[in-house]
Amino acid sequence: MTTTTPTGSILSVDQNPDAMVSIRRVHKSFGDNEVLRGIDLDVQQGEVLCLLGPSGSGKSTLLRCINTLETIDEGRIWVDGDLIGYRERAGRLRALNAKEMAAQRRHIGMVFQRFNLFANMTAVENVMEAPVHVAGSKRAQARAKALELLDRVGLSSHANHYPAQLSGGQQQRVAIARALAMEPRLMLFDEPTSALDPELVGEVLEVMRGLAQSGMTMIVVTHEIAFARDVGDSLVFMAEGRVVETGHPREVIDNPKTDRMRQFLAVRNAV
Amino acid sequence: MTMTDPAMAATPRAANDSLPERLPINAVPVRHWKQWIAAAILIVLLAATLLSLATNDNIHYPTIGEYLFNPSILKGLGVTFQLAIIAMLAGIVIGILVAVARMSTNRVLNAVAEGYIWLFRGVPLLVQLLLFGNFALLAPELGIAIPFTDTVLLGVDTNKVITPFMAAILALSLHEGAYMAEVVRGGILAVDKGQSEAATAVGMTRGLAMRRIVLPQALRVIIPPTGNQFITLLKATALVAVIAGHDLMSTAQNISAQNYRTIELLLVASVWYLAIVSILSFLQRMLERRLSRGVER
Repeated sequence: MTTTTPTGSILSVDQNPDAMVSIRRVHKSFGDNEVLRGIDLDVQQGEVLCLLGPSGSGKSTLLRCINTLETIDEGRIWVDGDLIGYRERAGRLRALNAKEMAAQRRHIGMVFQRFNLFANMTAVENVMEAPVHVAGSKRAQARAKALELLDRVGLSSHANHYPAQLSGGQQQRVAIARALAMEPRLMLFDEPTSALDPELVGEVLEVMRGLAQSGMTMIVVTHEIAFARDVGDSLVFMAEGRVVETGHPREVIDNPKTDRMRQFLAVRNAV
Repeated sequence: MTMTDPAMAATPRAANDSLPERLPINAVPVRHWKQWIAAAILIVLLAATLLSLATNDNIHYPTIGEYLFNPSILKGLGVTFQLAIIAMLAGIVIGILVAVARMSTNRVLNAVAEGYIWLFRGVPLLVQLLLFGNFALLAPELGIAIPFTDTVLLGVDTNKVITPFMAAILALSLHEGAYMAEVVRGGILAVDKGQSEAATAVGMTRGLAMRRIVLPQALRVIIPPTGNQFITLLKATALVAVIAGHDLMSTAQNISAQNYRTIELLLVASVWYLAIVSILSFLQRMLERRLSRGVER
């Protein structure tokens, strides 16, 4: 852990100015339960970071803190140089209002475990919803772009299907297209394949692999060790609210340094 | 079991080949004797009641027939309809606004919404009707005054603005709005939390997410209880009689005050209420069937 050198601004708490995401000393509690106990993390532009860990380790919470679906109790998070949730003025941090927070979230795409497609809209309407009603794009333009994105995830023939008419894998691919429609600088994946039948996992991972190759910065909470190994640029293993191990995925998975990680991998391999 | 049927006698495995292609069941169904007995008793009781009503000399049946389509009664029916429809529409609008206010993060809106529901759901409708109907006793003149001074800009006679019809609309709408707010809130709560989270994640504000994502999905849950509310409201309009609202019930009472045929005119009103509620119940059932078909899409 690095020591803080005061540089005048309270914002420059050893922030890595080049990183796409910079997380420093983040703490978060739900009641008496401290789920994040001082997280420090950097994610570079174009990096694919895979977050592994047993359930309850805080990895999903960390992801949700990055786009302020949860607020943090302590610490700082920057995305693309912008401090998340706050602004500095006259030497103090001031909380952003609801509108400013919404504006920050626009450029951070999120994919949920349970897809959460808008149930009252077709696939193409799901994808064009935010561009039209949040970004103010023209309908025709947004529609054309949405169809292009659906084509990219292999679902152009399902554009007019409602979510209930799509398989889990198809829904998740639409959800990825929906997030991409806002041209995010960062994509967050919260266990994107955990709710899928085993035979549908591959099609979603394939889309994510393509996205990684296109240079998207991604943070992926996952249980897919093979995916982390093949696609990830880096791996972070969390347990009990702390980062336990970090490094190149292949090295960490093949030569775990901590007992905690060895234990975790052993259980995974046994399954 | 007899041994005459070879298929029955054989072991199951061996029997498979010798069994006929089809095996009709032909079982004796369960007999519902108790239901038959209960139905018979009820029919006898119903017949006895109808007979005693039909032979009751205190009811003058021709009067019912005479007044069923009486122009005043039909006009009253029209007023009842108007009251119910206007109050329902106003109640739905109030209900949506109050429900959203109640669930917003704005604490002022929260308090206002909760206070509104507390007041208008808590005071009996009959009392509210009388209060609005007698508003002139509270404030003989209505106008915009400058507080703490005697200056009144624009003053009007209260009784000219708040006619019995207006008082009925006000009381019914505000009362209905309080109930509809709870119905709408239930519908909003029934929408999966992931929907508003996903909306938030793509950069929508709470208001936009409510309008575009949550409320449209809540609608399916809200519509069936709204049908119930409408039927309840339609019958509640009968209370308007206490402020001479010229509705169906008021008219029936006015007529019976002149010809002393109290029961007959109450029956005339009952026939009309039953008829309308039957039609509405039928429409509600059709609508629900239609909506449940849409769940799958």
